[in-house]
Amino acid sequence: MDVQHLEAGQVIDGFVLEKPLDPGGMASFWRVSRPGSDLPMVMKIPLMRRGEDPITIVGFEVEGMILARLTGPHVPRFVATGDFERPYIVMEFIAGRSVRTLLERTPLPPAEVAEIGVKIAFALHDLHRQHVIHLDLKPSNVILRDDGEAVLIDFGLSRHDQLPDLVAEEFDDPVGTGPYIAPEQVLRERGDPRSDIFALGVILYFLATGERPFGEPHRAAEWRRRLWRDPPPPRRWNEKVPPWLQEVILRCLEIDPARRYASAAQLAFDLQHPDQVPLTERATRSHRDGFLTVALRRLRAPKRGPLRPRSVSGLLARAPIIMVALDLAPDAENLREALADAVRRVLATEPEARLACVNVRKTSLMGLDPTADEHGRNPHLQRLVELKHWARALPVAPARITYHVIEGVDPASVLIDYARNTRIDHIVIGARGSSPMRRLLGSVSAKVVAEASCTVTVVRTRDVSSSAKAV
Amino acid sequence: MSDIHGNREALTACLEHAAQNGVGRYVFLGDYAGYGADPGWVIDTVMAQVQRGAVALLGNHDAAVLADDVAMNDAAAAAIAWTRTQLDDRQRAFIAGLPLTVEDDDRLYVHASAFEPGEWHYVTELYSAAKSLMATQAHATFCGHTHVPALFHVSMTGKFASFDPVARVEIPLTRQRRWLAVIGSVGQPRDRDPAACYAVLDDERDVLSYVRVPYDIDGAARKIRAAGLPAVLSARLFEGY
Repeated sequence: MDVQHLEAGQVIDGFVLEKPLDPGGMASFWRVSRPGSDLPMVMKIPLMRRGEDPITIVGFEVEGMILARLTGPHVPRFVATGDFERPYIVMEFIAGRSVRTLLERTPLPPAEVAEIGVKIAFALHDLHRQHVIHLDLKPSNVILRDDGEAVLIDFGLSRHDQLPDLVAEEFDDPVGTGPYIAPEQVLRERGDPRSDIFALGVILYFLATGERPFGEPHRAAEWRRRLWRDPPPPRRWNEKVPPWLQEVILRCLEIDPARRYASAAQLAFDLQHPDQVPLTERATRSHRDGFLTVALRRLRAPKRGPLRPRSVSGLLARAPIIMVALDLAPDAENLREALADAVRRVLATEPEARLACVNVRKTSLMGLDPTADEHGRNPHLQRLVELKHWARALPVAPARITYHVIEGVDPASVLIDYARNTRIDHIVIGARGSSPMRRLLGSVSAKVVAEASCTVTVVRTRDVSSSAKAV
Repeated sequence: MSDIHGNREALTACLEHAAQNGVGRYVFLGDYAGYGADPGWVIDTVMAQVQRGAVALLGNHDAAVLADDVAMNDAAAAAIAWTRTQLDDRQRAFIAGLPLTVEDDDRLYVHASAFEPGEWHYVTELYSAAKSLMATQAHATFCGHTHVPALFHVSMTGKFASFDPVARVEIPLTRQRRWLAVIGSVGQPRDRDPAACYAVLDDERDVLSYVRVPYDIDGAARKIRAAGLPAVLSARLFEGY
């Protein structure tokens, strides 16, 4: 297909070319329509002649392969691919603006950076759960839909952990985009979803400061520097970056993937709860690491990545977000002990899990609840104290546990919405014994089981008196 | 389906599984006999499928049943010697008429490597796969013989690569490169997974899926022991090795 001489009105395999869009680096884009279809569509046509540019050819092959099996709101819907003689991909046209358009306004306020970060992290998590690592995440590859959700595009360098990695097999040099490529990608490791978290860290850094943490290196030889050189802390550029945001960004940009967030959902969780971000030395860092530290890191920098690729799903399975819903009523003491036992068992098998301890404060429909108790304290304070007291003996590092009191009229709905909005993987909840009142109103745990979109474990205590009666 | 090796229980399970999953046409890549206790039943079943349009190829164990001298290890040779006593003339004639290769559209079927098919070279790693890929122009070659599922491919720029297929995952056999699919074994898997292995090609969408089917290993192993065949042939079915 001669890309230079396409015209509006031309028909390719049933798709009518409507109008050309801005070309990308390696492809031209056309809005297309097909009789009988309402879906707004775009056709991506590679700018190549046969046998010319391997990265374009393989990238196109990979994108067709991977996009065809992705689903959900965070990727364009796949429509069709052309054949070998006439290569193209037709996909959903996403109405929205690219994150690149936001770069003109940088630095953005911290709240906006966090909001955009949550959206991109959710899109990444959804991608990772479908076995795919993007590996070329950058502002121009993220579109914010007009309705708000982030959509990832351009999967030409991506990897699906259950399909052949055609990119790795074609190229002996690392591939990626200079400012965003993760240190392990420079070593040609292409199996770690935390590489995308690094790239997202670069985007957040850029949005929060207006500066790129590693500049714009174009030659692959310069990319190696990030194996030992840490970026200037964001607060050096913009003192309005709060410590919690600097903590989150620098954690994404850790050289060792194991020191970054274990999943994009865990990153989003921190961005959604600024007051609960566990602060370390990163939060207040004011300078880059000193000469000696950097020199030592350079000496110890690995020369190559691991021989066997990691499994995306395996890494994600190790790093779930677990939510325990706690009833703080005085008569639920035994149930709370049983919940602690259950949570201990779950944590024992999932080393990188995060635990969110949640209590629902039931409010009245009229919204006339007092905002402080009779002693003038925040009404949530005592509940937070009790949550922390309950969790004190659990085998989980303080940095992996958070406490939340949420208000709502219907506790079950509150829990279900919270779990959905924070991408909780597993809810642990207690069920209290049956009573006439509960049978009438329905139980919270039963509704959570029925309506939550994740795994739910329901914990009960043996009712000694009733089993004794049965004998 | 490849390397059934007289395993009636495994073939029955795979054919049932395939029928339930909409498979419309069968290709048998050879080695119906050897190792297992039901070579006659397996050959009859394949013959019936061929009458309904299936493709069947010759494998080295099948050829050995008809040959005079056999260059194989002791257990395999003992199984061949026993198999000779089990087959009737009709079954022998069927084997004698099987081809070494079949071309079907832009696909090539062969029991072992496409390079010197009658020499039964194993396709186990990149080098042997490259030899096979260079010996044909076919877009996709399907072979067996190693009892270990694997997938090799070569790009337009001449880069050869291998991949360990994951069961039930559809792999697009893209037109931008050529492919060599080594189908695992129905009757004697050797990749540490004892479940029977076969693969399905959706030729409209050009996607290949490897499939694992659990089957009655106890039953197959019991019959091998009852036939007086070497004990190692029954034991390895449980290990998948």
